[in-house]
Amino acid sequence: MARSTYKQILLLTVCVIGVQLAATAADKTQYLTQLTMAGYYSMVIIGLSLLMGYTGQISLGHAGFFAIGGYTSAFLTTYNLLPHQDAPIVSLLARTGVLMAGKDLYDADILVVQPWAACIAAVLVTLVVAYVIGRPVLKLKGHYLAMATLGFGTIVYKMVLGTSLVGAADGLSDIPAFQLLPGLSVSGKSSVRIQNYYIAWGLVIVGTTLLLNLIHSRVGRALRAIHGAEDAANAMGVDTASFKLRIFVVSAVYAALGGAFLTHFNGGIGPSEASIMKSVHYVAIVAIGGMANLWGALTMGVALNFLSLRGYFGSHDDSVFGLILVAVMLFAPEGIGSTGAPERIRAWIKRLGAREEPAP
Amino acid sequence: MNIELFCQYLIAGLTYGTIYAIVAIGFNIIYNTTGIINFAQGEFVMLGGMLAVTLDVFFPLPLSIAGAVIITMLLGALIEICFIRWLKSPSVLRMVMITIGLSIIIKAAALAIWGEGVKSLPYFTGTAVTVISMGDVHVSPQVLWVIGVSGLIVALLSFFFNHTLLGRQMRACASNIDAARLCGIDAKNMVTLSFILSAGIGALAGCVVCPITYVQYDSGTNLAIKGFTVAILGGLGNSTAAIAAGLMLGILESLSIWILPTAFKDVIAITILLLILFVRPSGIFGNAEAARLKEF
Amino acid sequence: MNSMRWIIVLLFVCMVYALPARAADTIKVGAILGMTGPASFLGAPEAKTLGMLADEINKKGGIKGKKIELILKDTGASPEKAISFTKQLIEEDKVFAIIGPSTSGESMKVKGIAEDGRTILISCAAAESIVNPVGKYVFKSPQNDRFAAIKIFEQMKKMGITKIGVVSSNTGFGKGGKEQLEKLAPEYGIQIAANEVYDKDATDLTAVVTKLKAAGIQAFVNWSIEPAQAIVIKNARQIGLTVPIFQSHGFGNIQYVKAASGAAEGVLFPAGRLLVAESLPKNHPQKAVLMKYKQDYEARYKEDVSTFGGHAYDAFMILVKAIETAGTDKEKVRTAIENMKGFVGTAGIFNFSPKDHNGLDLNAFEMLTVKGGKFVVYSDKAAKKK
Repeated sequence: MARSTYKQILLLTVCVIGVQLAATAADKTQYLTQLTMAGYYSMVIIGLSLLMGYTGQISLGHAGFFAIGGYTSAFLTTYNLLPHQDAPIVSLLARTGVLMAGKDLYDADILVVQPWAACIAAVLVTLVVAYVIGRPVLKLKGHYLAMATLGFGTIVYKMVLGTSLVGAADGLSDIPAFQLLPGLSVSGKSSVRIQNYYIAWGLVIVGTTLLLNLIHSRVGRALRAIHGAEDAANAMGVDTASFKLRIFVVSAVYAALGGAFLTHFNGGIGPSEASIMKSVHYVAIVAIGGMANLWGALTMGVALNFLSLRGYFGSHDDSVFGLILVAVMLFAPEGIGSTGAPERIRAWIKRLGAREEPAP
Repeated sequence: MNIELFCQYLIAGLTYGTIYAIVAIGFNIIYNTTGIINFAQGEFVMLGGMLAVTLDVFFPLPLSIAGAVIITMLLGALIEICFIRWLKSPSVLRMVMITIGLSIIIKAAALAIWGEGVKSLPYFTGTAVTVISMGDVHVSPQVLWVIGVSGLIVALLSFFFNHTLLGRQMRACASNIDAARLCGIDAKNMVTLSFILSAGIGALAGCVVCPITYVQYDSGTNLAIKGFTVAILGGLGNSTAAIAAGLMLGILESLSIWILPTAFKDVIAITILLLILFVRPSGIFGNAEAARLKEF
Repeated sequence: MNSMRWIIVLLFVCMVYALPARAADTIKVGAILGMTGPASFLGAPEAKTLGMLADEINKKGGIKGKKIELILKDTGASPEKAISFTKQLIEEDKVFAIIGPSTSGESMKVKGIAEDGRTILISCAAAESIVNPVGKYVFKSPQNDRFAAIKIFEQMKKMGITKIGVVSSNTGFGKGGKEQLEKLAPEYGIQIAANEVYDKDATDLTAVVTKLKAAGIQAFVNWSIEPAQAIVIKNARQIGLTVPIFQSHGFGNIQYVKAASGAAEGVLFPAGRLLVAESLPKNHPQKAVLMKYKQDYEARYKEDVSTFGGHAYDAFMILVKAIETAGTDKEKVRTAIENMKGFVGTAGIFNFSPKDHNGLDLNAFEMLTVKGGKFVVYSDKAAKKK
């Protein structure tokens, strides 16, 4: 791991711990709930930042991957397999310890997949979908790429909305807690709030570290070459198509992980997680954070999602993100950090003072 | 399925197909002159309907529709001047995001002004239950208005682009903007004009279809996606093909409910879009050469 | 870049300390409604109703001398926001009770949170699973969809209808109704010959009603709350489908009749009596409540009243009555709601019990129809006279 990466990760870890300690000290641990949720959304955002910033591919359908991950995990951990107990597949799964007993809404016994297995399944399903969709989609450019990803996101949304097996418009609820280790589980109960905050941010820290390593490696240099001048990169022998696909799949898997974990934290999921507005939220956050700027995206993601989840934007949630998108794209397409605002302000102040002197 | 049922489906498909085609033509006009896909196109249709409903309280129907179209055209010009004009060769990514952001803002403004309720214009001729019957096939007179007005729009646009100076200037800009400038054509104003035109035809389509489908603050989004599908289906920039593609999509959607659950009707349009993008992005009627010419 | 991160962290820490403590002597009532988004037909009138009622009660001095502080949150029908807001309202704002959510999907997800937080939650959504299995603190104010379906089937049986079509939208509302219709049809000897689900944004249903016509049905039921309700009856009449059309109680807003213009004549639907308040006999137990709500709402908001706003009215006034009876102890108020009998609301007369956290039965519904562009009570005699 490069030294600069090491320092940045350390700084992030210190911030994460610091915020938790501050919240506990001020007796405002409830804030940790929204921070945990924002943490899981950040998984989508850092993956998307990599995709948009380092390969220049826009994705207006990333909420679709979040939903695929979340819904797969939700479905497997709530679908009752008891009526199918005797089917060969089910008995095989039971023998390998992948299934567990649970209780449904009415306290009857049900047989479902264990959350850890469901999570792995969620990642695998997303991997396959991302690979299958990614190959044709990434050959497109510009508007066509945008529309294709928008189309993908819309299809996922309409499908979860129209399929009664996954609850249609109501979504799925009563999702069991996801036990990672004895005593450590992903669930929304207030007693394990601090635990869950660290699980979420632990996931984000590990995810960010991996991505930073990727950026500083050979692959990262190839990506920067692709972003800068794709044809030149091709000419130099860089297999741009395969790199773009790999990054697309990685970002999809990150989104799916965020989705699966958040579903267990929330205890439920609904079609709204797959909506196009959600995808636009993610894109707006990556845009304002600075497209090739992982830290900017992460910071803005946490801030905006936190405020949105606490209702600060009220009914104007969508318009806030729309405004951000327009404003950033008009005035600061490279993101807020790159406008060089502090330097420009300093220069402007200097010029004010220097106005008295006549020009030579 | 007998012949009358089929005709009933066909007419339903034609009605919506023409609306999709008009939206697609709106996309094409702006794309041809600027290379931008205006994701807010659907919002122009919505605004046309909404404004007409509001004006209808004070003025007779034809005046309200004219007023709605004019106000939407002004809005189109305003959007171009405030957001597009002063950008220096922006990247495609940037433009996509700006127009998406604009569509969200327009929707939020519509929600604030008109609320979340559903609005409708009175039928141009007759009421909701008047029908023109041909055997067992029943058609509302409004459907004929939709098809008629759409046909008129296409005819007028065709005349405009082929036989008027302004239209030919716009086509010149679309073909080769530098050459056009060298000939003394003010490219900047052509861009504004293209926005005005797109907004106008979108608004008119919105007014004429409003009695049938009602209008709500978020009815623009769906139309935009369908319109874009049709534009790509016909080949981006090719408006004559867009008409055929629009009718095709409308009819396909209409007939689809015999095989698929109705809830997935929208998925058809998007699946077609994805298939076309993957297999033949220049559209089923287009080829890459024709697309580059960017003719009407 | 590092500097930006420090600034954000600093801001956050300041926020944590800077938020002022809330004022002391008010009764905080939280409301999580879908005021915008796919459930805005439900949430917007509900929010307006709550605002109106809170103001009215505060003008009179509040309940037991304490003013009501209404904390309204818009979830846009997103379950994740509903979950976040519920936790916020219970743990930070420490609300006395919560009204909402507007949709069944959201309600199911926050049911457990309200139970854990021991806070009264009165939902404005209709799914039976909200109160069955019964949660100690969770109640709901709308009628069960089941009763609406029963009302429709009883009427069909009277009319001798045995073969019907069912169309519904892909929303939670549509889904709930569809399930009840499918479950109960056999009990009334009715066969569902065509069953279609359409997208809530659908703008044309000609293809769907053509399919119904081809199936040779004697009547059809449409279950949705979107503009599609008006569109489907228009399309049906246009293609010459003259059979009786039944709607769900989602039709309970005169804007749909206006939108459908002539096509809505003769449509039958079960609904609360709010919509025909004026034509109720003077001594009807609900008349006073209904007339007052209708007049106040229409005067203040200049729009027609709907039965959905009524659900929020019921939820809120039940809470108010319970506080007036039992004081401001949460547990006592909860028990008071459970034991409330004969409460006159807009949806009907509520009779709660520890096992019944909804309190309404079949009598809450009245079969209404559209005559001359207005809602009137349906009577078989009047229909036969035609």
